[in-house]
Amino acid sequence: MNNKDLLNLIDITVSFEGFLALNNLNLNLKKGELRAVIGPNGAGKTTFLDVITGKVKPTKGEVIFKGKSLIGRKEHKIARLGVGRKFQSPRIFENLTVKENLEISVSTPKSPLNLINKSIKDEQLNEIERLMKIVNLAQKVDSKAGSLSHGQKQWLEIAMLVGQKPDLMLVDEPVAGLTDEETDLTADLLKSLSGENTVVVIDHDMEFIRRLDSNVSVLNQGTVLCEGTMETIQKDKKVIDVYLGRPED
Amino acid sequence: MEFQNLKLSKKTTFIAWVVIIAFIIAAPTILPVFRLNLLGRYLSLAIVALGVDLIWGFTGLLSLGQGIFFALGGYCAAMYLQITSSSEFPNNIPEFFGLYGVDNLPFFWEPFRSPIFSLFAIWVIPALVAGMLGFLVFRNRIKGVYFSILTQAALLVFFNFFNGQQKLINGTNGLKTDVTQLFGQMVGSESMQRMFFWVTALLVIAAWFFAKWVVKGRFGNILIGIRDDEPRVRFTGYNPVIFKTIIFSIAGGLAGISGALYTVQSGIVSPQFMTVPFSIEMVIWVAVGGRGTLLGAILGAVFINYAKSLVSEALPASWMFIQGGLFILVVTALPEGVLGWVQGDGPRNLLQRFGLKRKIETYPSLEVKNKEGNNE
Repeated sequence: MNNKDLLNLIDITVSFEGFLALNNLNLNLKKGELRAVIGPNGAGKTTFLDVITGKVKPTKGEVIFKGKSLIGRKEHKIARLGVGRKFQSPRIFENLTVKENLEISVSTPKSPLNLINKSIKDEQLNEIERLMKIVNLAQKVDSKAGSLSHGQKQWLEIAMLVGQKPDLMLVDEPVAGLTDEETDLTADLLKSLSGENTVVVIDHDMEFIRRLDSNVSVLNQGTVLCEGTMETIQKDKKVIDVYLGRPED
Repeated sequence: MEFQNLKLSKKTTFIAWVVIIAFIIAAPTILPVFRLNLLGRYLSLAIVALGVDLIWGFTGLLSLGQGIFFALGGYCAAMYLQITSSSEFPNNIPEFFGLYGVDNLPFFWEPFRSPIFSLFAIWVIPALVAGMLGFLVFRNRIKGVYFSILTQAALLVFFNFFNGQQKLINGTNGLKTDVTQLFGQMVGSESMQRMFFWVTALLVIAAWFFAKWVVKGRFGNILIGIRDDEPRVRFTGYNPVIFKTIIFSIAGGLAGISGALYTVQSGIVSPQFMTVPFSIEMVIWVAVGGRGTLLGAILGAVFINYAKSLVSEALPASWMFIQGGLFILVVTALPEGVLGWVQGDGPRNLLQRFGLKRKIETYPSLEVKNKEGNNE
């Protein structure tokens, strides 16, 4: 652990009635880093995000974010501290328009009084416009989010994530169900976000991960199996075993 | 349950309001006093229905316990009237206390000697009770069907408690308001009842504007967000507990106002306001009128209740079947309620079915997209 780290996960263990979803997981993220996390089904990738965002309380271990422990904090408090999350299947508010979705994400402070009394600030409206341009939804401002295509929904959710201005973005399978072209655009978008933001991307799609050109952590059975660049990972004996399947599996 | 967010078009809302206001203005001249009084009562029920629409239609909280707050408002109003009209009774307290050997006004009724306090109590007390109950429930993340069961259980607790408290609130008998005095007149008199009708009509309109203001803009969008995907709202940095508590409290306050107006127009408040079927009926009015439309809640409450009294006069005992049938019809055929059906493709589909209108050639969804000028 050092001062440049934005996030430290220390010896995280999550036990669901005896089943260890995470087992002594250690992971450190530097500020501005783009990190890909891969692993076979059931490796604990989503649980790992649940622990950071406060959805699941670890049985053991510590999560340090910007020098503060996140354990025991409520989800919305963690979000306000600067942890943003994009879900596996796009989770946007389908009955609201694209603009209303983005308003929800960029509005601060997030108190009921502020929302009911005051109209949205000009700088926040500008931010919404900027975001809609980035994700190519400018023409769909007043369309219901539910009427968007799958790819557009994914992007809207990414835009909502960016609009929250989080220090740490956790992105769960952003390219599931996207076309190749959309996948490439998404990879470029995420790459452009890192540097200023710290981004963690979880995915299965190897092509996509390669395109991200980042450090990769491989999870298996709730623990970090291996960390390094894509080339190192691909040569790693243990990783090959996991991905190709071992006899006892 | 699949919710759609219906925004009624300006035209529909405008036409509906012209009809409603014209009818309200005409009612006192065209309706006999008995009918006018019924209409006034049903208009007051529209206010509790607006609250149900706010919590259920917009926020997804199906409360089966709104009768609690409705009755609380009614008791506050009735007790004030009883206390101010008790000068000729022994100890200057309402007559019923004498039946149970109570010589002093119970301490918590003392503030109700003040008209100002009582006027506030009618909505503040139900709102506070709703807020406290809501906060405890929402903080523990009780939702969905468990929330509904819990509110119904709370309703039963209140019902039984109120039934048993003769010495405090006259128990099962309730509090009568008909023969009490207000502004030197009998509350049950014709002129007072006319005045209550006007007050109710104005308050329904005010409540509609208030509810509209609550759900418009970002606050309302968060409510819809909570209804559709609460964890997502949480991960965006909002605390749903606070939002739900506020809206549940608002619905409680509206229920209190509604209960008070209903009490003075029906002449009595009793624990019967807290029976299970009555609170379920409130939900039916909103479901039939159209969830999430606000206007639908008002129309549903007034029309169903008016129909209920007309049908019950003509064919006693048949109303329950009609009401049940109506609910089944709405759930199966008109999930968005009557107003939602009118606003959607309902009328056109019906005309097509009878061959009175040409079928549209594309899928409706495609046509909608073309209308918006987007090319897919």
